[in-house]
Amino acid sequence: MRYEKVMRKVDQLRRTTSATMTTLTALCTVVAVGILLVILGYIAMQGIGSLNLRFLVESPKPVGEGGGIGNAILGTLVLLVLSSAMGLPFGIAVGIYLSEFGAGRFGSLVRFLVDTLTGIPSIVTGVFVYTIVVVPLKHFSALAGGIALALIMVPIVARTTEEMIKLVPHSLREGALALGAPQWRVTLGVIVPAAASGIATGAMLAIARISGETAPLLFTAFGSRFFGYYLDQPIASLTVQIYNYAISPYDEWHAQAWAATLVLMTLILSINIAVRFLTRKRF
Amino acid sequence: MSTTAPTITTRVRATERDHGSPASPRAEDATKIAVRHLDFFYGKAQALHDVSLEIPERIVMAFIGPSGCGKSTFLRTLNRMNDVIPATRVAGEILMDGIDIYRPGTDVVELRRKVGMVFQKSNPFPKSIFDNVAYGLRINGLTANKTELAERVEQALRDAALWNEVKDRLQTSALSLSGGQQQRLCIARALAIRPEVVLMDEPASALDPVATHKIEELIVELKKQYTIVIVTHNMQQAARVSDTTAFFLLGKLIEVNSTEKMFTNPDEKLTEDYITGRFG
Repeated sequence: MRYEKVMRKVDQLRRTTSATMTTLTALCTVVAVGILLVILGYIAMQGIGSLNLRFLVESPKPVGEGGGIGNAILGTLVLLVLSSAMGLPFGIAVGIYLSEFGAGRFGSLVRFLVDTLTGIPSIVTGVFVYTIVVVPLKHFSALAGGIALALIMVPIVARTTEEMIKLVPHSLREGALALGAPQWRVTLGVIVPAAASGIATGAMLAIARISGETAPLLFTAFGSRFFGYYLDQPIASLTVQIYNYAISPYDEWHAQAWAATLVLMTLILSINIAVRFLTRKRF
Repeated sequence: MSTTAPTITTRVRATERDHGSPASPRAEDATKIAVRHLDFFYGKAQALHDVSLEIPERIVMAFIGPSGCGKSTFLRTLNRMNDVIPATRVAGEILMDGIDIYRPGTDVVELRRKVGMVFQKSNPFPKSIFDNVAYGLRINGLTANKTELAERVEQALRDAALWNEVKDRLQTSALSLSGGQQQRLCIARALAIRPEVVLMDEPASALDPVATHKIEELIVELKKQYTIVIVTHNMQQAARVSDTTAFFLLGKLIEVNSTEKMFTNPDEKLTEDYITGRFG
């Protein structure tokens, strides 16, 4: 009798704890997703007003004359391609090294350094590239911007690549080795392809991360009010344009900054969807 | 032959003896793999103790024994698959066609080309059925052109009794096959490069009786061309497919005998206890 009473109390307590915790986690999820939706909704509301085709293709004009962000969209795309071309192969190679040969002391050291690199504030990266690229070349350039962004990508891509490769079942590696495949062919022909969609997700995260970077570009790509076609010249980017317009005293430019923000968000979303589509599991 | 090695009586070797070359009763040409005083260590733990054994050509030899007795470890020493596990150590020698596969300078890649392996859990690559079978041929550059490649793939799939089931969907994912088909695909993949020895580590343990039956028929069929070593937990399976059986216990080789003798009248008390289930 007494035992049953105690057990009923214990059960009651367990159920209450469970319900409370479930409610709490649900609440946190709602808050997190809610804030994201509010931000997206607010940007869309503020930005949609100034958005039209001319805004998307024209270059900036003086206050009161309209103008657009076509050069900044192009500039951002150029910077993304440039930095991806440098940063992705580099980062993936480091990730492969860490997962395949990084078991020893040197591997731990590299891993530690990569993690440290991830934590470096992006403005520091910008100043660093300013010193080693911009100063010797004597002017700001798209190339310098690309290098700065690539430096930010490398550690992110390296660590996600390493983790994704480690998820590939050991049995696949053994299967390939047992067929007389040399180590390098196992890695490149079986392991990396098996981890490809995960690696692509890491790459996508890195691209999303750098498309939002402003600070490292201020010292490197600098920004431009014209369409830039040369990699050794300063180039516009959406983030720097948003920054410049947002700190300006003009309402028209503020509105354009909101619209540019909306474009940037859409761009990142499109890249995400495109990469997910291209790397979807075929087998 | 080492004096401590348990003697093996097999049909093949018996035949050799009948045809008689009395000067060499060892029938050296029929021995594919000779293992002498093999010790194996995982770090400091010794997993195999002084194992000596001869595996004749073109027979099926089964390894039986309780879990953790070292039979899989032993199997994996035969194609040096244990090399990928860090901190392992081997002592003694394994002669394949008279040459020690653990001698310095052995080309492990070449060895594994000659000694194929099928694993306990089927492990097809996340590629198409065709590409799975073609993998070994491609990496080893064994075919001159696409036609030859396609022929070898077809032959391997036929040898593995899988061709009729997959011939219309060679380009679909290997992962879309059933468990039994996946395992036969792995066998086809191993056969495609035409190894001399095929090692099978409990190839049917995860399969239903029908799929198991197919694999067993296949093993008996493959014996005509290959030397097959199979690890199994299933004693009926050992009895059904093998010519010779080796019994392992706690890292030691207890007995090797013809399968028939092993399951009717084994020499060792321990073997009898294990086979009759009176163990423990």
